Amino acid sequence: MNQMNSNPMLPRSFAINRVLKETYDTFTLDLAPAQRHTGFSFAAGQFNMLYVFGVGEIPISISGDPNDPGRLVHTTRAVGTVTKVMDKLKLGDQLGVRGPYGTSWPVAEAAGHDVVIVTGGIGLAPLRPAMYELLSHREKFGSVVLLYGARTPEDILYKREVKKWRSEFDLNVHVTVDRAAGGWRGNVGVVTAMVPKAPFDPYHTIALVCGPEIMIRFTVMELRKRGVPDDKIYVSMERNMKCGIGLCGHCQVGANFVCKDGPVFRYDRIKNLLEIREV
Amino acid sequence: MENLRAYLAEHAFLQGLKSEHLDLLVGCAENVRFDPGEFVFREGKTAERFYMVRHGNISLEIFKPGHGPIAIETIGEGELLGWSWLVPPYLWNFDARCLDLTRALALDGACLRQKCEDDHDLGYEIVKRFSSIISQRLQATRLQLLDIYGNGGKR
Ligand SMILES: Cc1cc2nc3c(=O)[nH]c(=O)nc-3n(C[C@H](O)[C@H](O)[C@H](O)COP(=O)(O)OP(=O)(O)OC[C@H]3O[C@@H](n4cnc5c(N)ncnc54)[C@H](O)[C@@H]3O)c2cc1C
Ligand code: FES
Repeated sequence: MNQMNSNPMLPRSFAINRVLKETYDTFTLDLAPAQRHTGFSFAAGQFNMLYVFGVGEIPISISGDPNDPGRLVHTTRAVGTVTKVMDKLKLGDQLGVRGPYGTSWPVAEAAGHDVVIVTGGIGLAPLRPAMYELLSHREKFGSVVLLYGARTPEDILYKREVKKWRSEFDLNVHVTVDRAAGGWRGNVGVVTAMVPKAPFDPYHTIALVCGPEIMIRFTVMELRKRGVPDDKIYVSMERNMKCGIGLCGHCQVGANFVCKDGPVFRYDRIKNLLEIREV
Repeated sequence: MENLRAYLAEHAFLQGLKSEHLDLLVGCAENVRFDPGEFVFREGKTAERFYMVRHGNISLEIFKPGHGPIAIETIGEGELLGWSWLVPPYLWNFDARCLDLTRALALDGACLRQKCEDDHDLGYEIVKRFSSIISQRLQATRLQLLDIYGNGGKR
């Protein structure tokens, strides 16, 4: 939190120094502090409150490399008021940033275990920093498996990077889409269906799950069927936020504030909030 | 025949099946191979067989006029392709096209239906295994239909 101003609700100004169109509705912005370049330390899984001046402030996960604090990266999907204006911002435009906030993926705790990451859609963005961490200390982990689901081949995020990960001999990367028109030679089907066949030892695995809540519920069900204990499953939850620092109660779920106690939760601690029902 | 029996016993779909039931299945089974791009079956044609995939990947596709084929599911190694042989009017609902060189065990539907009629223990075992797969696929299809990554149809 050393980056924060004395007033935690006051954003710092950052300038956009790179814009990357990822898919038709998703874009990545690299940010640099408008004044002094101090770097931006964060842990994989944390988020920032991004303020589009005059429009509004929203929580967005940091999707860059924690080992490269010089580049502050966010990948955002344009869905509504703030994100659609953000999508129109250009090189040199400014954004307000507060953060980093929230809990992180238990990458250090996963040492000595297999790691299985199950994610869908924009859910890969908050998990990319965890992938970077796993890769930079690859020798500390057993099997590293990434199961990634997207709506169609055109919706696959970080295509070049995912392709590169797929070609690494010590990573198991499986991508699936819900549907595909001609030309796609990859897998079609839901990402949850990949869990039963994925190469990891369920009794020595840490699972990191992020995506739409329905996907999370069904993924957890499949992980448990394989025998992964509840306290080895971590999920990231999304709730509407205002303050981002546990003051306003906007993001409260049960006894938890998603902004402060989450967004990354150990599954056994919040399982009653992610009630499993049949679709 | 010995080879065929070993392949059947190895396949995930028949794990734990009683030896005498495996013996019965051998008589209905055949080793098959398909080249990449080759169709295993086409929509509307009679479903005479089902397939236990040993290697390769098969794309289940539906033809959408004006769009061409839309892939809705991939069936891979250790999985099972087709249950239309089990339910009248025994017609395929989709096209099944191989994505790469595919080896499978093909089981003759009429032959198996007869064996299941003659031996209800075998019949129950087969139907139990198919029901489990059908229910998994139904659940997956429901998730696909929910379009969970979609943007409320705003695309
Ligand atoms: C901790 C946390 C981390 C997040 N990280 C990211 C991230 O890395 N990248 C990212 O793109 N988003 C992320 N989100 C979600 C993001 O905060 C919301 O998409 C954003 O607040 C929407 O704001 P808006 O003003 O554009 O949309 P609004 O105007 O508030 O909403 C407009 C419409 O979009 C729909 N909508 C809102 N949120 C979503 C959503 N998440 N998915 C689909 N439809 C939605 C609403 O139902 C509504 O119909 C995160 C959320 C949380 C809580
Ligand atoms: S957003 Fe205010 S308490 Fe969490």
